[in-house]
Amino acid sequence: MFEELNDLYQQVIMDHSKKPHNFGTLAGANCCARGQNPLCGDQMQIFLKTEDNIVRDLRWEGDGCAIFKASSSMMTDSLKGKTRGEITQLFDEFHAMITTGEIAPNNHLGKLEVLSGVNRFPARVKCALLGWRAAMSALEGDHQPVSTE
Amino acid sequence: MHGHPLIYLDNAATSQKPQVVIDALTQFYRCDNANVHRGIHELSNRASAAFEKTRERAARFINASHSDEIIFTRGTTESINLLANAWGNQTVKAGDVILLTEMEHHSNIVPWQLLARRTGAKLAFLPVNGDEGLLDLSRLEDSLTSNVRLLAFTHISNALGTINPLVELCEKARKRGILTFVDAAQSAGHRRLDVQELGCDFLALSGHKMCAPTGIGLLYGRLELLDDMEPWQGGGDMISSVDFHESTWNKVPHKFEAGTPNIADTIALHAAMDYLDAVGRDRIAQHDSEIGAYAFEELERLGKVRLFGPRNQRAGLVSFLLHNIHAHDVVTFADRQGVALRGGHHCTQPLMKKLGVSSTSRASFYFYNTTEEVDRLIEVLRGIQKFFGE
Repeated sequence: MFEELNDLYQQVIMDHSKKPHNFGTLAGANCCARGQNPLCGDQMQIFLKTEDNIVRDLRWEGDGCAIFKASSSMMTDSLKGKTRGEITQLFDEFHAMITTGEIAPNNHLGKLEVLSGVNRFPARVKCALLGWRAAMSALEGDHQPVSTE
Repeated sequence: MHGHPLIYLDNAATSQKPQVVIDALTQFYRCDNANVHRGIHELSNRASAAFEKTRERAARFINASHSDEIIFTRGTTESINLLANAWGNQTVKAGDVILLTEMEHHSNIVPWQLLARRTGAKLAFLPVNGDEGLLDLSRLEDSLTSNVRLLAFTHISNALGTINPLVELCEKARKRGILTFVDAAQSAGHRRLDVQELGCDFLALSGHKMCAPTGIGLLYGRLELLDDMEPWQGGGDMISSVDFHESTWNKVPHKFEAGTPNIADTIALHAAMDYLDAVGRDRIAQHDSEIGAYAFEELERLGKVRLFGPRNQRAGLVSFLLHNIHAHDVVTFADRQGVALRGGHHCTQPLMKKLGVSSTSRASFYFYNTTEEVDRLIEVLRGIQKFFGE
């Protein structure tokens, strides 16, 4: 019945949404931020432990749709061990993929490319970006809750 | 839609428009377009007459005793803002209470919060009894304290499908000398409304949820209350005379309609009201009740679903959550099968918080929806459960 959605809801996305990685709070976190999507009420909190400009560990918690949960879960996997500079670059690549569908050659997206299908579902772009916006806000030390609106 | 016939189940957000309404709009712009209440020329007279005829038609639609009791607005939200300003600013003082219910739409909460901020008044809320979505009426008497100035509540909940006991609520408030406001956004196009029989002091509705265009609605108020209220917006048409430093106001209802109104959509609202009465509002109410009950039962039979709102005497909408599947995913999947649902907090965030959910999926019906469409919805939901391994 939903063949055309197999691309958006791939098995790896379903797995992450059902059993999100790095889920929970993080003792000793030195950056944190909240994110929310006012349109649907999705909300999350992210906790990062940074050291020498590198994200050593991070956790998140929140509730929302499968795309939001999978994207946040996969993001936390991919940010671990990266520098702020690397994360900013990765965010730009991810943002471009989600909003325009463009995937730059020699990108650093790796497994995150499974989320490229979101681009064809404009109503779901916010879901895929919520976790990222919260992470970027935490790294920038901006403690205002981020909103996708 | 996406290769499937469209099944439009988002009528609580806005209804589809019949041809007669679209024709009324184009007819006005093609043949009768002029400004109202100003011209001496024939075209303006024609536009003014059609505009004021809608006021009379709207008064008949809700059985107001006089057409001057109808103020045209952009919709229910603007009506409530008008009320909170024009009535609230001069009547409500620090320590006064505006009594609402926990199931109100943001549009019947936020204007009162703004009024409370301006005046030092407080808001109080009649509780909802949980997923069943009924008002706890045992708390009503105690809540109607001497400092309550207004009881403002929704007739039909857009998030739960609850039909509130309007007559009882208005009567209990009236006995204590408390004014009442009814948000009829979800009910006006779905059942007969008689403001005199209901005994409410104010009522608001939106045209676009009842076959009329967007951007037109109204506020009903009892004439003696409107007479005492100050204007809330200044401009043309709302004045009697203007001096450099002072002005006097036009009479009700024009006192509350500053500037050129939404003429074409108002005239199309007339056509929508005629259309709804030709279909028959009693028949629509009956259909709502049957299709709402059918959808509720079928969702229950589907299983692994959390249902909101009362089992009996519900409006023509169902709010639900499939176990372990988020409302947004449900709406995306249903959309791909041509079924238009709404997923989210339905502009009732405080209610959602109270129920401990961030969102629900909602199917809302109108007279053109059929039980076959409900069957198709259930079939699609079953497919979604299967996809998600539920």
